[in-house]
Amino acid sequence: MSNVSTHKSGFPNPLRWIGASLLGFFAEIGRLCIFAGRVKFAAFTPRWFLGEIWRQMIRIGFYSFPVVGLSAVFIGAALALNIYEGGSRYGAEQFVPSIVVLGITRELGAVITGLMLAGRVSAGISAEIGAMRVTEQIDALETLSASPYRYLYAPRFLAALVTLPVLVAAADIIGVMGGWLVSVYSLGFDSTVYLRNTLDFVTRNDIIVGLVKAVVFGGVIAIMGCYQGDRSKAGATGVGRAATLSMVGAAVLVLATNFVLSNLFVEIGL
Amino acid sequence: MTQPILKLEGIEKSFGRNDVLRGVDLDVAPGQSLVVIGGSGSGKSVLLKVALGLMTPTGGKVLFDGQDVTNSTGKTRESMRARIGMLFQSGALFDSLTVWENVAFRLINADGVKRSDAKERAIATLKKVRLGADVAGLYPAEISGGMQKRVSLARSIISEPDLIFFDEPTTGLDPITADAINDLIVEQVRGLGAATVTITHDMSSARKIADEVAMLFEGRIIWRGPASEVDHSGHDHVDQFVHGRAEGPIQPAL
Repeated sequence: MSNVSTHKSGFPNPLRWIGASLLGFFAEIGRLCIFAGRVKFAAFTPRWFLGEIWRQMIRIGFYSFPVVGLSAVFIGAALALNIYEGGSRYGAEQFVPSIVVLGITRELGAVITGLMLAGRVSAGISAEIGAMRVTEQIDALETLSASPYRYLYAPRFLAALVTLPVLVAAADIIGVMGGWLVSVYSLGFDSTVYLRNTLDFVTRNDIIVGLVKAVVFGGVIAIMGCYQGDRSKAGATGVGRAATLSMVGAAVLVLATNFVLSNLFVEIGL
Repeated sequence: MTQPILKLEGIEKSFGRNDVLRGVDLDVAPGQSLVVIGGSGSGKSVLLKVALGLMTPTGGKVLFDGQDVTNSTGKTRESMRARIGMLFQSGALFDSLTVWENVAFRLINADGVKRSDAKERAIATLKKVRLGADVAGLYPAEISGGMQKRVSLARSIISEPDLIFFDEPTTGLDPITADAINDLIVEQVRGLGAATVTITHDMSSARKIADEVAMLFEGRIIWRGPASEVDHSGHDHVDQFVHGRAEGPIQPAL
């Protein structure tokens, strides 16, 4: 006998379906929050596996540098072209350097890095941990008196927190240089004037805003990867689904937290 | 009477409406080798995970050396696990670590032994399971399934535990390698004087390893007796299972 309540017409009861979906959604949010809390507790209390943290920093930070650098240079270049095109309609082409640096440091440097790492790192972490889950390696860790929160999740979380700001700082510089390249070699800007305008316009706060976002994105990306991997179901399909869910979840959360943080920074005048 | 090293009292475990364990009572004396047999889906692996504290039972108690550890956490759980070894069905070796780092994992990460000392002990333990020092620097993916089982066995005995769990120790191995693993288990466990709980559906393995055999069926222990009696237990379910007959009270899991 089916346990799904139905209308007299035989169709599933829509209210029941909506209620069940909402409950499921909030239960998932609750599980994610509890998981994130346990990861943070493990990350900020001893004992730390320093070797594992270092290994993850290399993996998350160093190996992500090429993809982040390439993305940043093209975004900076495209941004300069579009601002030039829009600005020229009002005779405001001279604002290209200032708007490029503002857009990159406050917004795009962090967001592009966050989105790239949501794909490269979050999905990678999720697939790795998912595979460990289904091959009983995580159970083995527990039987060997090593908490997966301390040995697996906290190192990835801490490594992402530390390396994301470094990657975003690099993306800021490379993105600005992308704008400079297009502006100087394609749009006819004077190199020295462009760079002086850039440096005169950008403030310390603009850079801080991007770096603070980077720290938050790092946490979001690592936690989503670990969470989905930890909940991975058996088999290749289960691990693949966990990787997809972590990538999509991390990307959406990066964009959502970016909006919240941008709003917050505007409110407090940063 | 000697206090059991492990005692399960009325263990129940359900997943939703699926009652996997329905009141399992089991005890293992120090130094005793108990083999739990049962068909696929009979709840053997769940029973092992509950005993290890990897799953919380829906009902019942897990007592380790007389102490209730059913819902224990933190130091109580850690001190219990420090006295336990486990060989997983798949080996569950860590891909990213070399063979010796896998074997010495507990020594380095839980017991705080120096890496150089831990490596020496790992190589000595690998020798006990007939693996040479040349294997120590390889990664699990670079060795055969039988060697992985031996590495996993070495990992489970390196800290000289009082109780060792074996989950299908011979699954996926050819008969000769399986027999060699059985011999190693018997030799090493006797050497340590540890109690063991093995779950398997491989009867030749059960006959070789066990002092006593218990059969799990539909979430309950339906028979327990000395290993010497398992072939003529007089119990329909046990007879059917031991002789591998499709016809009988147990329906094949198709």
